[in-house]
Amino acid sequence: MSGDLLIRGGTVIDPASGIHARRDVLVCDGNIAAVSEKIDNEGAGGATVIDAQNCLVLPGLIDMHVHLREPGYEYKETIETGTQAAVAGGFTTVACMANTDPVNDSAAVTEYIRERAKAAGLARVYPIGAVSKDLKGEQLAEIGEMHCAGIVAVSDDGMPIMNGGLMRHALEYTAMFGLPVIVHEEDRSIAADGVMNEGAESLRLGLKGIPSAAEEAMVARDLALLARTGGRLHIAHVSTAGAVELIRAAKRRQSPVTAEVTPHHFSLTEAAVAGYNTHAKMHPPLRAEHDVEAVRRGLADGTIDAIASDHAPHHRDGKEVEFDRALNGVVGLETTLALALRMAEEAKIPLDVVIAAMTVNPARILGLPLGTLAPGATGDVTIVDPTRRWTVQASRFRSKGRSTPFEGMELQGQAIVTIVGGRVVWRAEGA
Amino acid sequence: MPFTHRHMLGLEGVSKEELLYLLDTAKSFKEISERNIKKVPTLQGKTVVALFYEASTRTRTSFEIAAKRMSADFVNLSSATSSVTKGETLLDTARNLAAMRPDAIVIRHPASGAPHFLAARLECPIVNAGDGAHEHPTQAILDLLTIRERKGRLNGLTVAIIGDILHSRVARSDAFALNALGSSVRFVGPPTLLVPELRAWGDVTTDLHEGVGDADVIIMLRIQLERQGKNFFPTVDEYSRYFCLTQRAVARAKPDVIIMHPGPINRGVELASDVADGPYSVIMEQVTNGVAARMAVLYLLINRPREADIEAESGTQAATEAEAATPRLRRRVG
Repeated sequence: MSGDLLIRGGTVIDPASGIHARRDVLVCDGNIAAVSEKIDNEGAGGATVIDAQNCLVLPGLIDMHVHLREPGYEYKETIETGTQAAVAGGFTTVACMANTDPVNDSAAVTEYIRERAKAAGLARVYPIGAVSKDLKGEQLAEIGEMHCAGIVAVSDDGMPIMNGGLMRHALEYTAMFGLPVIVHEEDRSIAADGVMNEGAESLRLGLKGIPSAAEEAMVARDLALLARTGGRLHIAHVSTAGAVELIRAAKRRQSPVTAEVTPHHFSLTEAAVAGYNTHAKMHPPLRAEHDVEAVRRGLADGTIDAIASDHAPHHRDGKEVEFDRALNGVVGLETTLALALRMAEEAKIPLDVVIAAMTVNPARILGLPLGTLAPGATGDVTIVDPTRRWTVQASRFRSKGRSTPFEGMELQGQAIVTIVGGRVVWRAEGA
Repeated sequence: MPFTHRHMLGLEGVSKEELLYLLDTAKSFKEISERNIKKVPTLQGKTVVALFYEASTRTRTSFEIAAKRMSADFVNLSSATSSVTKGETLLDTARNLAAMRPDAIVIRHPASGAPHFLAARLECPIVNAGDGAHEHPTQAILDLLTIRERKGRLNGLTVAIIGDILHSRVARSDAFALNALGSSVRFVGPPTLLVPELRAWGDVTTDLHEGVGDADVIIMLRIQLERQGKNFFPTVDEYSRYFCLTQRAVARAKPDVIIMHPGPINRGVELASDVADGPYSVIMEQVTNGVAARMAVLYLLINRPREADIEAESGTQAATEAEAATPRLRRRVG
């Protein structure tokens, strides 16, 4: 097929295959056909050559936690703009949360999301279904029906499940389908009406605090439930040192738990809130220095499996208000990769570990046949120029969401070509 | 050092010299209120808008009198009568007001940082008349003025602040200023209304008698009656059993102790009636000084020389934080 691609001269990092070396990659008929030291033009059979010298050639990146806002909040983001942002950020696959309007608690909504994603034709979109009907935390949603329609996990993200009995049954019931339960861990009675991390900064700013214990209490509860229920637990956006420690101990006991961290939680502290910066308001909140260090260590030692953006676009009106009233969340699809590379360098975490956290690990958690460049695998590839310097300018995002705490930051490393199923869906300026 | 801030958002980061300049200015205005005709033309032709999103009689009236004694026009917008109740956002309300070219906006708001939000978006000077649980700078200035009148100094004093520290904007402003001036602060209250991080600003105790021991100044805070519904303490009765300032407790302080309260007082709850009305109480002096303090703040902000703009660019933390555009980044030191 004339659409075949030969990616030549790059450094392949494919943690799933244990490869970190200079390799040529041939993509034929939408799949990875060959990965070897040298593939010449004849071997490539007239494939289009992409020069990847001085670039990293990665399995298509997977962001397992985004909010695409469609249906219902198209003024914040649509599946089309969200997947434009995804491929521009190097992501070939995203999994989208259920807090749309209507909530994704039925096969109809799941199917709608998949159809819209197909029509957009950019990144792969895997819907995550609600745990409870209408995210109310009362009654289980029809998880089996959504499973048939194509969900890859269930989550009431944004609405922590206070009802421990419901949580228990969710873990038990999803085991039948092999679906992970993705949890936003916060005891809402402890967090109360807090708006930022509780500590010296919240005291100074006079803002109501959310103590680390709000997250840790729920992590502890769910890990305890997991011991008997079966099922798989995936802890979203881990933000505190105590939560990392609880997960580490659970993994030592072989508990079926996995976890993710966001770029803002491994890059920033609560100090970013100074001046009542609503672009630093998110849930869970930015924490203290030692928490940032702990999530980085957790990522380094495998306690935390995945890096996920928690891309949460809002209309600017939702952020141009008093801090107490500002909506939670920031966009992340277009900054995650560079922030991950920056963090890897700062924290001296091997690149393979960081890339695994954005490819094979989320693929395994969600049960996707993706996240590797092994011959025969789906032809999703992200080519990254790790030296390309750029400045974060929200006004240039493809996402409709413009709220980022990283505005003006100088970053290094950018996806210059993004390939989904053998098709180039993104090419950066000048690449 | 003169006071050259563009806004009065809080006292955090305001230097000792600036505070003393503010106090000297306030002192010089006090005399106006003693005159037979209590009006000077200092701010004639200037307009001060008060935007109050919380009920307030004392502070609003104090600002109004301050503005009018300097011949400024004072326009009062309280949330009950304004478009706020019609769902207009703070930004829209403020932009509309700013379009009418006021010379200062005085704002009280239940959300911490609301004045900073306006300051980052409007040209006009913003005066914080109390924002959430953050700061109440003019209250602290009048407190300092009162303390200096009685004690003759503002350094080396022991000041006990008693009550709902966690939610108190008065406690924060007083503590920032007193620390800058070289006095030491003690925070006293039930453990639910104290946090460990307070130790960075002063001593912390839950024992009233220990807290007032040898104090030069006692600042009582008003206890919000609605806190009892949120389990910060069981009942107001039980709160007052442990934290009501009685004659017996006052006896532990220095003999010349003064007792202050930002008002309004819950008699018999945080302050025993005989103490409130007793010889140590300087509560009415605080009210008098409030007018002078607010006159000073309005005067300094409205008459601020243009060239001060340049100086303020490299000014103190409070000024720069306020003036920074919202999307700003505190980079983690990596």
